[in-house]
Amino acid sequence: MSEYEIVDHEHDVVVVGAGGAGLRATLGMVSGGLKTACITKVFPTRSHTVAAQGGIGAALNNMGENDSWQFHMYDTVKGSDWLGDQDAIEYMCKEAIPSVTELENFGVPFSRTEDGEVYQRPFGGHTLDYGKKMARRACAAADRTGHAILHTLYQQCLKYQAEFFVEYIALDLLMDDNGKCVGVLALCMDDGKIHRFRGHQTVLATGGYGRVYFSCTSAHTCTGDGNAMVLRAGLPLQDMEFVQFHPTGVYGAGVLITEGSRGEGGYLTNSEGERFMERYAPTAKDLASRDVVSRSMTIEINEGRGVGPNKDHIFMHLEHIDPATLQMRLPGISETAKIFCGVDVTKEPIPVLPTVHYNMGGIPTNYNGEVVTRRGNDQDAVVSGLMAIGEAACVSVHGANRLGTNSLLDIVVFGRAAAQRALKTVEKGSAHAPLPKRVTDKILARLDKVRYSNGDVSVGEVRNSMQNAMQKHAAVFRSNTSMKEGIQKVDTISKGMDNIGIKDRSMIFNTDLVEALELENLMQQAIITMKSADQRKESRGAHSHEDYPERDDKNWMKHTIMWLDEKNKTKLDYRDVHLNTLTNEVAPIPPAARVY
Amino acid sequence: MAEFALPKHSKIVKGIDYPLNTNAENTRKINVYRWSPDDDENPRIDSYTIDLDQCGPMVLDALIKIKQEIDSSLTFRRSCREGICGSCSMNIDGTNTLACLKSIDDVKGDINIYPLPHMEVIKDLVPDLSKAYEQLTSVKPWLQSKSDPEKGKSRKQSPKEREKIDGLWECVLCFSCSTSCPSYWWNGDKYLGPAVLLQAYRWIADSRDENTEQRLDDLEDSFKLYRCHTIMNCTKTCPKGLNPAKAIGEIKKLQLERK
Repeated sequence: MSEYEIVDHEHDVVVVGAGGAGLRATLGMVSGGLKTACITKVFPTRSHTVAAQGGIGAALNNMGENDSWQFHMYDTVKGSDWLGDQDAIEYMCKEAIPSVTELENFGVPFSRTEDGEVYQRPFGGHTLDYGKKMARRACAAADRTGHAILHTLYQQCLKYQAEFFVEYIALDLLMDDNGKCVGVLALCMDDGKIHRFRGHQTVLATGGYGRVYFSCTSAHTCTGDGNAMVLRAGLPLQDMEFVQFHPTGVYGAGVLITEGSRGEGGYLTNSEGERFMERYAPTAKDLASRDVVSRSMTIEINEGRGVGPNKDHIFMHLEHIDPATLQMRLPGISETAKIFCGVDVTKEPIPVLPTVHYNMGGIPTNYNGEVVTRRGNDQDAVVSGLMAIGEAACVSVHGANRLGTNSLLDIVVFGRAAAQRALKTVEKGSAHAPLPKRVTDKILARLDKVRYSNGDVSVGEVRNSMQNAMQKHAAVFRSNTSMKEGIQKVDTISKGMDNIGIKDRSMIFNTDLVEALELENLMQQAIITMKSADQRKESRGAHSHEDYPERDDKNWMKHTIMWLDEKNKTKLDYRDVHLNTLTNEVAPIPPAARVY
Repeated sequence: MAEFALPKHSKIVKGIDYPLNTNAENTRKINVYRWSPDDDENPRIDSYTIDLDQCGPMVLDALIKIKQEIDSSLTFRRSCREGICGSCSMNIDGTNTLACLKSIDDVKGDINIYPLPHMEVIKDLVPDLSKAYEQLTSVKPWLQSKSDPEKGKSRKQSPKEREKIDGLWECVLCFSCSTSCPSYWWNGDKYLGPAVLLQAYRWIADSRDENTEQRLDDLEDSFKLYRCHTIMNCTKTCPKGLNPAKAIGEIKKLQLERK
């Protein structure tokens, strides 16, 4: 094995990732006096939170509609198709109000109402009075809400002089003999040195893994590195079959057009010019939940009513909206439509297609952000020293389908919760137990294998095959035959990893090496996603199974958890959905048919 | 006569030519600056000819295609590919911009790609931005107020007040502007540059911030602020259509008004 120079660091807490969740956690920890390291593979403001557009959900009730967190909770549970844990959802919706108010106090440049309050717009699946009419709950900074929040959180971290390690790629978790996480090993891209970070809590805020698909709204860097590290640490991932397709990705480019554009009055049409969502969701129409709209669009296309020369996409119209409103409320997507499809939104519709957008699944945690696993009969066993937050985590507040604006909310609420928990559980400045050398050696051996790989297949080729297989076989609609074929394909493609070769041998800013490491991470999640999807014999939320078109609460109201061993063999188990609420301020919401 | 020696490694040499071995009709040559920190070689220009019919529309698509299919060692930053993360700023066809927003069709002839000018290069198209980030931190770019908001409440801000920060807060910190500014090239260690001054003004203009006087005091410096000579390259080059030159002008105006 190569000799690496190893730089050691000791902190109270180590946060991996500097998106909204990682920054919110870092901010809470640093301001609370914990010595915190925030490790990130991109400069914080480049994290994918920056691309969130439409808003952050919180029942601030600024629009005078008697909104309440209980309505928000109902919408979230219904949106999750009753796979979300109701205790965690109660926590999120209730804490949304102080969490978003805090964001404003931090300086987020929210748009404003005439009264000078934070502006709120309608969004998919947001209702008043338990589904009776549409609510205005999405707190927005024009259509660049993620940018506004991410930059503000970074600024607050600067204020508290948080310690950042920028352009470091995390390699693996440091796990001791008792299964406790004691830190993380990372590669500094700038000089190629290995850094060993010790922390009493390690917080994974590494985001989703959208890049497992060919066409996604996710950034190139969304490779789910934390999810894969958890698998390699011998822990399971949860509900990985649930992948959200956003209804309005730009046809071809795949870039996002916010649901807020439908919130501001935009609508979809098919080749007959029909506003088809009225047929599928009579009340919410174009503002039904994302899974519902994406499915409806796919059906329209499959039945020959798609638009364009190949009848393979749908139109989204904004041209009926006052240009001044578009300029004020939707400047970002107006620009995006112009640049990526040459469309002037004041004059013509945007060609759109359901596009992979969000991973409901991830690292199972409780509502404090602590990672949990099943140990025998204990389905909520806490993994010592390890937390996960944001898209990497599966709390589960999104269940089988996430509601729009709940992702920005999730990262802020649970980033904050993780900090509060760490402040309670971590003794500041306490000593770190010695770690056997073999723990680090094992990780470096894996790094060496990739670094010196000299096979004849490129990272790009293997990645393309994997992305195409996932695109085809873990799509909006799935079937037994298609998923079996998908499992076979992904299995074959994953074996190709043994034959990859990288060209760059340098240790300084070696993106060839980084992309190979990221591909390995993606591949492990592709296997879990395909297999988790294949075993779920029902349709729920984003998982639409053609052979089992109905939701089956009796047999399937449970979380999938799946492990992966070193030979890429999977192990399957389940965890019960928490149908209980956290307090008696709200009653559990019993399962019902999901109609919008 | 005095002889001047150019700094080491400043001369760019011709590099490797990667021709296209198919009979594709719609091709384009992409010339890319390459420099490795690992050897003592001078920077070079490698030329890749690609088939545009098999490539996405943006310059970033071309770079990714080269990295995937021709030369995986080509090094550049990228992430969101939609112009919001600010990672892929570089000099394309003589202008600093984001590669993901720059259409290949907008460039006539060969596409010449260099890293952002006058920054230290880490490798190929990756500049070292650490000094620019430090300058950003130096203007204390966070909300500073003497009064606390009412507990559990948002601060109020009217739409008119809020409008004053439009065109300021949207900056993606790509530093295309600062690295296009001759003053910044010359005095980048002391002049804050347009990107950072835009951020400084973003807080001065925010009605919720109550530390304007201190902020203006901190900027009242012949280098930090007044090295701006209204050359306007910043505004011309901004890939997001922002106007840092105007923001700098506003700061100068405020300095005058309080004298």
